[in-house]
Amino acid sequence: MAEGKKEQQLIGGEIERSKAEDLLYKMVLTRTFEENALEMFALGKVHGTMHVSIGQEAIAAGAGPALKEGDYLLNTHRGHGHFLMWGGDLNLMMSEFLGKENGYCRGRGGSMHIADVESNNLGAQGIVAGNLPISVGVGLSIKIRKTKQVVLTLFGDGAANEGAFHESLNMASIWNLPVIYLCENNQYAMSMAFERAFRIEQISDRASAYGIKGLTVDGNDVIAVHQAVREAADRAREGQGSTLIEAITYRYQGHSKSDRQLYRTRDEVKKWMKKDPIPRFAKLLDIDEEGFNKIEEKAKVDIKNAVDFAENSPEPELSTIMEGIYA
Amino acid sequence: MREISYMEALREGLRQSMEKDDRVFLIGEDIGIYGGAFGVSAGLLDQFGPERIIDTPISEAGIAGACVGASVTGMRPVGEMQFSDFVVLAMEQIVMQGAKMRFMFGGKAELPFVIRLAGGSGTGAAAQHSESLENWFVHVPGLKVVMPSSPYDAKGLLLSAIEENNPVMFFEHKLLYKMKGDVPEEMYTIPIGKSKIVREGKDLTVIATSIMVPRSLEAAKILSKEGIELEVIDPRTLKPLDEEPIIKSVIKTGKALVVHEAVKTGGFGGEISAMIMESEAFDFLDAPVRRLAGLDVPIPYNRNLEYHAVPQVENIVEEARKIVQNIY
Repeated sequence: MAEGKKEQQLIGGEIERSKAEDLLYKMVLTRTFEENALEMFALGKVHGTMHVSIGQEAIAAGAGPALKEGDYLLNTHRGHGHFLMWGGDLNLMMSEFLGKENGYCRGRGGSMHIADVESNNLGAQGIVAGNLPISVGVGLSIKIRKTKQVVLTLFGDGAANEGAFHESLNMASIWNLPVIYLCENNQYAMSMAFERAFRIEQISDRASAYGIKGLTVDGNDVIAVHQAVREAADRAREGQGSTLIEAITYRYQGHSKSDRQLYRTRDEVKKWMKKDPIPRFAKLLDIDEEGFNKIEEKAKVDIKNAVDFAENSPEPELSTIMEGIYA
Repeated sequence: MREISYMEALREGLRQSMEKDDRVFLIGEDIGIYGGAFGVSAGLLDQFGPERIIDTPISEAGIAGACVGASVTGMRPVGEMQFSDFVVLAMEQIVMQGAKMRFMFGGKAELPFVIRLAGGSGTGAAAQHSESLENWFVHVPGLKVVMPSSPYDAKGLLLSAIEENNPVMFFEHKLLYKMKGDVPEEMYTIPIGKSKIVREGKDLTVIATSIMVPRSLEAAKILSKEGIELEVIDPRTLKPLDEEPIIKSVIKTGKALVVHEAVKTGGFGGEISAMIMESEAFDFLDAPVRRLAGLDVPIPYNRNLEYHAVPQVENIVEEARKIVQNIY
């Protein structure tokens, strides 16, 4: 780590201190958002389903912030963290989560489809691997417009076994498209364990089959993810095409609200909790218990305020139900 | 006016769109040097180059995904399904992504893309290269569905589809590619969602789509000699459907027959029929609304069986005559 004044330090040789502190806060905020969301479900305040990323926050913290303004994001169903890291407004996000008219998608999308096209955030995704072919189009669009943007496409280990994965990576490769494929390998596709669904050691091994660069990083390490995504973006901008990054992580909670988690042991979950990315990043930033408690307190207050904001926001009018289908 | 083929009309529409708007590009299998499986894009590679006439690997989901992703980021792609049957491999991208994205995002995204599909039987291509699947897409909010039946409509509707700020499924018919007709050289558009009365008559309203339009016109000529005058309406756009002219016509004739090539069960004929029943035309009906459509069978290879699987001119003549004479 670089010596010198605290604010000038480049954390892990990669991220400026002030930015890193903000990322830590947003990691805590993501977790608080999701814990609060689980509570709201339990209390019956929200309906439907949602997918929390508790335990996986380092990937979001490392990925989006490694890109530049104007780049594109194609998110997954487990994307609250990525949404916040992309600059999402907490209040409007909470409004969308509660299905309110002033939410990002006017309450039509909810947690699973939240998007902010204005900031080139092209949405979370309800279909596993559904965003992979779309990234081909975004990549082509960038290439034809010659704008030097890149697209960050997120997906899980489950998506790597969909046919769309193959079509997408092959097309991105042959046309040298500026797509960063970031696979969040959290060890389970719903109940399907990685070991049962793959006969390879690493999903990134598949990159060589498409003639693109592939690498596996510790997905619980903000710095490692940031570096991998930043370097992939640099290569893409220089016309060197796509990269497949596999980030190894673990989801502590079930797949969705209905998951009884019969496919794994409590011990396994506990083992991974020891590698929790949040205390790990706090430690890297030399933040003591008192400092960390302050961050947690701030996150709780911000979430509470966002809930108040959303709960006091208007429901969509029934008369608007047919709006937004066609331009 | 100058006469060109349905295929040439499509090609001219594509060319003029690309000359006018550099956001328009074509993407599909064998559309470049090969010129498209049926020749629609022949010569366009020479004019526009491989950046805008994009030959793809055999990856239908990738083609559709490319259209979704490129359109939502400001381009106006035109994708091609070499045979309309292959759209099954792209359904997820079209139905789950392209059609719904604008709505899911609260009306804040625009997806101006066109998927062209070569559909229909009659070429001996058997069950996996001959289907008429347009009604699947009629069932999907967020999509528009267009089916031109003449060279003039082909060009005008294609130009409209490319200018449209929504996903459009553009169903062409393989047997129509060689059909000749008057087509203006300049650019012109035919509004999406507007039907056309292609023949006026007093005895029976025939609502026909795609190749069933010329077949119905043939049938009308034959019946005219018997003193039976068919009114033939081509919806041209299946979704959104231009209901008013159909309702007015049925009020006038008191009788309606829907003719399409796609299989009858779950086909577009049921939709038209129900629409008529629900309208003020119901009170004017002198006979049940009838549907003449493809048999509920995969398209057979054998020439005679294939011919028999979908409505032909003689079937339309016979069915129309029965309705007019009140025998059914």
